[in-house]
Amino acid sequence: MDVLGRYRNLIVLVGVLFAQVLGLAVQVKRTSDSESTRLIRVWAVGAVTPFEKVLLWGQISSGNLWHNYFYLRGVRAENRNLKAQIEQMRLEQVRMSQDADQARRLQALLAFKEQFISQTMAAQVIGGTGSELSRSVYIDKGHNDGIKPDMAVITADGVVGKILRVYRTTSLVLLIDDQTSGVGAILDKTRLQGILRGTPSGEVALEKVMSDETVPAGELVLTSGGDGIFPKGLLVGRVTKVTPGAELFLNIHVRPAADLSKLEEVLVVTKIDERQAEPDHTGAARAVDILAERLPGVPSKPENAEKGPAPAIAAPGDAKPKAAPPQASISGAHAPSNAATAASSAGVGSSPSGTPATATDSVKVSPKPVKTAVAPKPQPAVEDRPH
Amino acid sequence: MAITYTSGEQVEVYRFSIPATILIPLIAVFLQAWAPLRFPFFSIFDLPLLVTIGFATARRSPLAGLFTGGLIGILQDALTHQPIGLYGISKTVVGFGASSLGIKLDVENAGARFLLTIFFYAVHEVVYFMIARGLVGLHMEWSWPHELLSGMANAALGVLIFMLLDRVKQRT
Repeated sequence: MDVLGRYRNLIVLVGVLFAQVLGLAVQVKRTSDSESTRLIRVWAVGAVTPFEKVLLWGQISSGNLWHNYFYLRGVRAENRNLKAQIEQMRLEQVRMSQDADQARRLQALLAFKEQFISQTMAAQVIGGTGSELSRSVYIDKGHNDGIKPDMAVITADGVVGKILRVYRTTSLVLLIDDQTSGVGAILDKTRLQGILRGTPSGEVALEKVMSDETVPAGELVLTSGGDGIFPKGLLVGRVTKVTPGAELFLNIHVRPAADLSKLEEVLVVTKIDERQAEPDHTGAARAVDILAERLPGVPSKPENAEKGPAPAIAAPGDAKPKAAPPQASISGAHAPSNAATAASSAGVGSSPSGTPATATDSVKVSPKPVKTAVAPKPQPAVEDRPH
Repeated sequence: MAITYTSGEQVEVYRFSIPATILIPLIAVFLQAWAPLRFPFFSIFDLPLLVTIGFATARRSPLAGLFTGGLIGILQDALTHQPIGLYGISKTVVGFGASSLGIKLDVENAGARFLLTIFFYAVHEVVYFMIARGLVGLHMEWSWPHELLSGMANAALGVLIFMLLDRVKQRT
């Protein structure tokens, strides 16, 4: 009895350690969480995430106040630049929609079924796990919002990870650079398939590619769709280094396209549909129509123009007389309406790689360029550089 | 800088109020989870470990130290997707060790606290590494430069945190 009293602290230490080691061993043996560990996790998440949500709310509110009311320097110039950028992108979009239409026609001929993201949900990253061995983040959407385990999580840049655990109002996202994650991946040009995994040092590597294959640095890595979580064709990253590895496989280092260390907003893919490709019959817009819109416009016809003769002199308020309408010489004088068609036709249905955007969000989901390996790419009618 | 040997009677024993006992570890775990996302360099620190050492050395009760360490570690584990117990076991050992050492040594000055934190940071990392590799089967890389730098950084931050804890501790 005296011995027990003397070594009481040590005995308690051994007992506590033994209990924890035993618990750990049981968890390692099991594949899923037991009720007790699940409860501990729920309590811990419930205790910590409210702080994170409050902090995030404060951060967003103060950021909005600053950016939307006080810090508006350079907005005019930025607006001008963005407008110019939109012009360029619309031209690019028209060209890509033509490619996509052609691809869809060919897919329809082959009775090709494609997967596409039909619904996503935007979520804020509210916190991490604080452990380098657990590369995962918490988002502010959970079971109440319809989130389920194994849903894909992406950003506009590329794949982020998958939903691992779902709580009432939050979820845990396992990032692709965690060593327990695995993403079915395919190389864009060589079409070699492998498994993308995280390494202990936090890098990402493509495994199971045989060492007799040639993989150039810089090649894009896309999802293969083989894991049943990520739809095929989403951008994952880019090959940075290739070295010979152990057991006849290559060591392929990949830099993720999404910046996993600075995640703020993500999209959870809540619905993936499968459909057979159908050719688009809406009629594609032409690049020339978009260009025509940028040329000096014809003054709008007065309402009473049809009733009486057109005025020979410009209105007194006009500082300069308008030039003759050059649109007529190009074609597609009614550019604005066609431009609108272009924008709509190249929208949801014609996103590259058959993974278009989304029903609920207007974020570009798949940055993969459209491949036109089957037929030569049609050249645009007009050079698309702004003059 | 001197670590002075003292008798049990000379050593002051402190306690913390219930709100401080609950909130400080909770805030430490929260900051550990939140801060590295905004400031990636912050992942080098282990705030829950520093709080465990701070509480253990102030209370100077091995039982209180091991339970505090164990609970903080389990809370930290619960946020990860790894099995619960990795941090729990490591911090139980650290809590017990720090409070046991706190009885024998006077750790009131900054130099002693700096050395103590480096020592227990190393203990924590070794125990964590062994459990993660041996029991859970995770792949981990041990890097001496990284561990040394982390130990120094944690010790420096630890000195500041212990000074903050000094303000909320109460003499028994």
